[in-house]
Amino acid sequence: MSWSEFFAMGGYGVYVWGSYGVAALLMVLEVLWVKRRRRTILRRLGRINQMGAVKVEHEAET
Amino acid sequence: MSTAGINWFKYSSPATFYPLAGRMIPWFAALAVVSAVAGLYLGFFVAPPDYQQGDAYRIMFIHVPAAWMSMFIYVVMAGYAALGLIFNTRLSAMMASALAPTGAMFTFLALWTGALWGKPMWGTWWVWDARLTSELILLFLYIGYMSLEAAIDDPRRASRASGLLAIVGVVNVPIIYYSVQWWNTLHQGASISFDKAPTMAATMLAALLVMTFACWMYAIAIVLMRVRNIILERERHSEWVMGVLEEEK
Amino acid sequence: MLAALRCMVMRDLVLAVRRVSDVLTTLFFFVIVVSLFPLGVGPEMEMLRTIAPGVVWVAAILASMLALGRLFGHDYGDGTLEQMLLAPQPLALLVLGKVLAHWLVTGLPLVLMAPLLGLQFGLDTVALEVLVISLLLGTPAISLIGAVGAALTLGVRGGGVLVSLLVLPLYIPVLIFGAGAVEAEAAGLGAGGHLSLLGAIAVLALCFAPLAAAAALRISLE
Repeated sequence: MSWSEFFAMGGYGVYVWGSYGVAALLMVLEVLWVKRRRRTILRRLGRINQMGAVKVEHEAET
Repeated sequence: MSTAGINWFKYSSPATFYPLAGRMIPWFAALAVVSAVAGLYLGFFVAPPDYQQGDAYRIMFIHVPAAWMSMFIYVVMAGYAALGLIFNTRLSAMMASALAPTGAMFTFLALWTGALWGKPMWGTWWVWDARLTSELILLFLYIGYMSLEAAIDDPRRASRASGLLAIVGVVNVPIIYYSVQWWNTLHQGASISFDKAPTMAATMLAALLVMTFACWMYAIAIVLMRVRNIILERERHSEWVMGVLEEEK
Repeated sequence: MLAALRCMVMRDLVLAVRRVSDVLTTLFFFVIVVSLFPLGVGPEMEMLRTIAPGVVWVAAILASMLALGRLFGHDYGDGTLEQMLLAPQPLALLVLGKVLAHWLVTGLPLVLMAPLLGLQFGLDTVALEVLVISLLLGTPAISLIGAVGAALTLGVRGGGVLVSLLVLPLYIPVLIFGAGAVEAEAAGLGAGGHLSLLGAIAVLALCFAPLAAAAALRISLE
């Protein structure tokens, strides 16, 4: 069986690869989305943390 | 409780669960990738073409696991929501909200692949068949759950309210399913019966089961990733999160 | 117990009578939505007769959902609801009273108006009878299930649209058996099966929805 025959899927290529393509795309997007969310949260918490630290130092000085 | 040897309640605390989840994610992700590759190999190279449907039936290897996952995840989500409401455990409520987007994704996937399978087989993208209709209603239930959670600002109220909705939903799911089936038999709109399963070769069944396992592993990995995000967000005022932040730098 | 229930129903009815325009709005919405369909699909009586049960039922569901915001809205706004939470009577009972009063002022008028609209769609007497009975059994279930959604979305921004996302999927069995009863009668199958199942759903909703709505109110007001 040649590769072009394999990708044609006996004439149903559009449907088969449309299904698997969207499935793979959605799963990859979901992972990227969750990872980006994690970075955003870490960055924001880091900023809050820093602000807290600065505030504590400031209070110690006065 | 502690007579069981392991104190399970220890792991229901977000502070201990967070690092544990972090250690488990790579394993589940690796299992998902390996079993997906194995399942796709079985499904595309080992399993023979169907004598009626040709190669189009290979959509089944993603369609059926997605449909199963969409239903299992809703039940699991409602179970966690019930635990969260009854025992007031923070982690169960977080797990419930981490499961919802993945469940909705699988529901959409089941509908999408169903349409793409339906077009070559029945000549139409959509039939108002009992299963497709129920799956569509399930998607609506997921959307309702997620919109309610997103609309409430206070995270505690949001998780409790959406948890109650998930429980009400899961009680209704069988009623909805049987009413839709009843409606379908009355109208006889879709004359296609796919209740009689085509004789499935052993390799087909094996590919289907391996793909289902891959979907499970994927779902567990992504849900653990998402629950870690939710833990960080909701526990940001506690000491241990500060420690995590130091480590991440 | 029963005295508290009756007291609750009477209080809400008195309040509703003082705001008659609210009741009429729901009713006119129902009439207008149903009247839009012949304009949308064409005046062929044969087709209108086949779609009539579905149209009337969908319009009834939409109309009663429009009124859901008022079920707890006013009491939430002026703090009465918090007093009810503190009352010695079980909250579920008070919720049941409120839902009952709400159904009397929003559900019952729809049931009474339905035969008139059915006539416009060319339904015969038997079909009209079944339509009214199905609405009589189904609209209480709709009010009860809707109460859970209304309680969950109390004071939430965009609550009006949100509540429709939450409760519409849960209304599907009621819609199927309600509209199905009329269709089955028209097809000569008899409406008995549909109506009994509709009644079963109403009884189930009567048992569980007040409890769920009470739990939802506690969550929303804590």
